[in-house]
Amino acid sequence: MSAPVVRIRGLVRRFTLKGVLNGVDLDIAPGEFVALLGRSGSGKSTLLRAIADLDHEAQGSGEIYVPQRLSVVFQDARLLPWKRLLDNVIFGLEAPDARERGRRALEEVGLAGREQSWPYELSGGEQQRVALARSLVREPELLLADEPFGALDALTRIKMHALVQRLSAIHNPAVLLVTHDVDEAIKLADRIVVLDDGAIVADIAADLPEDPIAHLERTAEIRALLLGHLGVREAEAVD
Amino acid sequence: MTVRSAEILRPPFPIAPNPLAKNSREEQAPSFVAEFPSTQLLVRGTRRLGMGDAVSYGWLLGPALLLVYWSLGSATGFIDGRILPAPWVAVTTGVDLIEQGRLQQHLLVSLLRAAQGIAFGTVAGVLVALLSGLSLLGGYIFDGIIQVKRAVPALALIPFFILWFGIGEVMKVTVVTLGVFIPIYIHTHNALRSIDIKHVELAETMGIRYSQFIRHVVLPGALPGFLLGLRFGVMGAWLGLVVVEQFNTTSGIGYMINLARNYAQADVMLVGLVLYAVFGLLSDRLVRSIESRSLTWRRTLAQ
Repeated sequence: MSAPVVRIRGLVRRFTLKGVLNGVDLDIAPGEFVALLGRSGSGKSTLLRAIADLDHEAQGSGEIYVPQRLSVVFQDARLLPWKRLLDNVIFGLEAPDARERGRRALEEVGLAGREQSWPYELSGGEQQRVALARSLVREPELLLADEPFGALDALTRIKMHALVQRLSAIHNPAVLLVTHDVDEAIKLADRIVVLDDGAIVADIAADLPEDPIAHLERTAEIRALLLGHLGVREAEAVD
Repeated sequence: MTVRSAEILRPPFPIAPNPLAKNSREEQAPSFVAEFPSTQLLVRGTRRLGMGDAVSYGWLLGPALLLVYWSLGSATGFIDGRILPAPWVAVTTGVDLIEQGRLQQHLLVSLLRAAQGIAFGTVAGVLVALLSGLSLLGGYIFDGIIQVKRAVPALALIPFFILWFGIGEVMKVTVVTLGVFIPIYIHTHNALRSIDIKHVELAETMGIRYSQFIRHVVLPGALPGFLLGLRFGVMGAWLGLVVVEQFNTTSGIGYMINLARNYAQADVMLVGLVLYAVFGLLSDRLVRSIESRSLTWRRTLAQ
C-alpha cells in the first residue's frame, strides 16, 4: 500500500460547537473513497473541519497531515452570488488555462452552456453540481465533502451519487465523505468509518462483490453491522 | 379574505381523474370540463406578495403629484403667494436669474463643491471602513472616533473649521466631505462586518491570497451596503452645502438664498430651494441606477 495522503494521529478537539473528538487515528490512501458515518453530534463534522483547517477557535491536540491540494464541498453549495457560474468554478484557481478548465469542469457536471448564468437561476441540485465542479477543477488529492447531498431531494440525490461515482473514477482523488446516510455510504465508499462520541468505533471495508446475489447479501450484512454501531436495531431501520 | 375572482368554484373531490380507472372516466371527462372551465380550475388564487414589473419613470409620480398640488393651490389662491410663490414664479425668476448670469455662476460653484465633497468623502469613507471593518485593531481605533464625530453636528464644527482651515474653499469642501464620509463609512463598515462567514470559509479552503479575498469576496459582498451608504452620502453632500454656504461665502446656491433672505426676495429663495430639491432627486436616481446595474446578481422583492 502506498503512503497515505491523510494521516491523523491522536486528534483531540474540545469545546467546539458541533461536537468533540477524543483521540482519532485515521489514514486515507491515495484515491481511496472513505465515508465517515455518525449520528448528529458524533463529531464527524468536527473531524472534517479539523482536516480542512477551518476550526480556528477549537482547542485540542494531535497530528494532521493533509495534502496541499485539498477541496471542500459543503452541505450548501456556497456559490458566490455575485459571480457567474464559470467565475464561481474558477474562483481562486491560478492557472493560465483556468477558464478552459472551468468550462470543461462545468461540462463534466452536465452544465455546459450555463457558464454565464447567475447562481440564483439554478436549482439546489444544479448549484451543488457547480460546487462539485469547483472542487474538482483544482484536481485535488483530497476531496472533503460535508453531507453534500443532505439538502437535496431523493431523486436529485440518486443522480448526484452517480455523478460523484463517475467523477471520482475519472479524477481519482482521495475522498472523505461525511454522511449520516448508511445506504449512501455503502453505495459510494470503498471503506466506511463510524464515529461515535468523538472516537472511531468501526472501520469496515465496503467490498461489494460483482455477483448480484452476493452483492445484495454483502450490502445487507454491512448495513446491519453499521446500523448496530450507530445504535439502530434492524427492526427500527426496516420500519 | 381576499379573493381574486368573484366566482371561485371549488371542484368536488377527486379533482384529478384516476388514471387507473381510465375507461370509465373517459365518458365523464367532457362533462367535468364543461362544469369547470379551465380558467376556473385553478381556484386557489395565490396572492402575489411581490410587487410586479417596474414602470419606467414611475419614480416621478410622487414629485409630479406634489407639483400638481402646489400649482392648483397657487392658481386657486388656496396657497398665498406671499407665503409660498407659485411654481411658475420659480420658473420665471429662474429664467431672469439665468439671463443676468447669476444663477449658472452660483450653481457651478455649488456643484463643484458637492462633487469634490462626494469624491473625497467616498474615497475616505471606503478606505477607513476597510481599515476599521476588516481588522479588530482598526475597528478599535477608528470606529469610536467616527461615532464621536457623528455625535457632533456639522453646524457646531464650522467655527472650528474656520479657525483651522480659514474661510475659503478648503473649509467648505471639508464640511461637505464629512457629510458624505460618515454615512458611507457607517454602511460600508456594517456591510463588511456582515459578510457571510460561509463565504469566508470557502475562501479559506481555496487557499487564496488576502488581496484576492478582498477583491472577490469582501468588496462585492459589501457593495450593496456601500451603495446604500452612497445614497445617504450624496444627500449628505447637499445638506452640507446648505449649511456651509450660509457662512462667509460670496457664491453658491446657499449664498444666493441667504442674500435673497436679506432682501425678502421669496421668489429667489424659492429658486434655490427648487434647485436643491431637483439636484437631490436626480443624484439619488443616479446612485439607484448604478445600484440596479451593479447588483444584477441579486433577486429581491423589487425585481
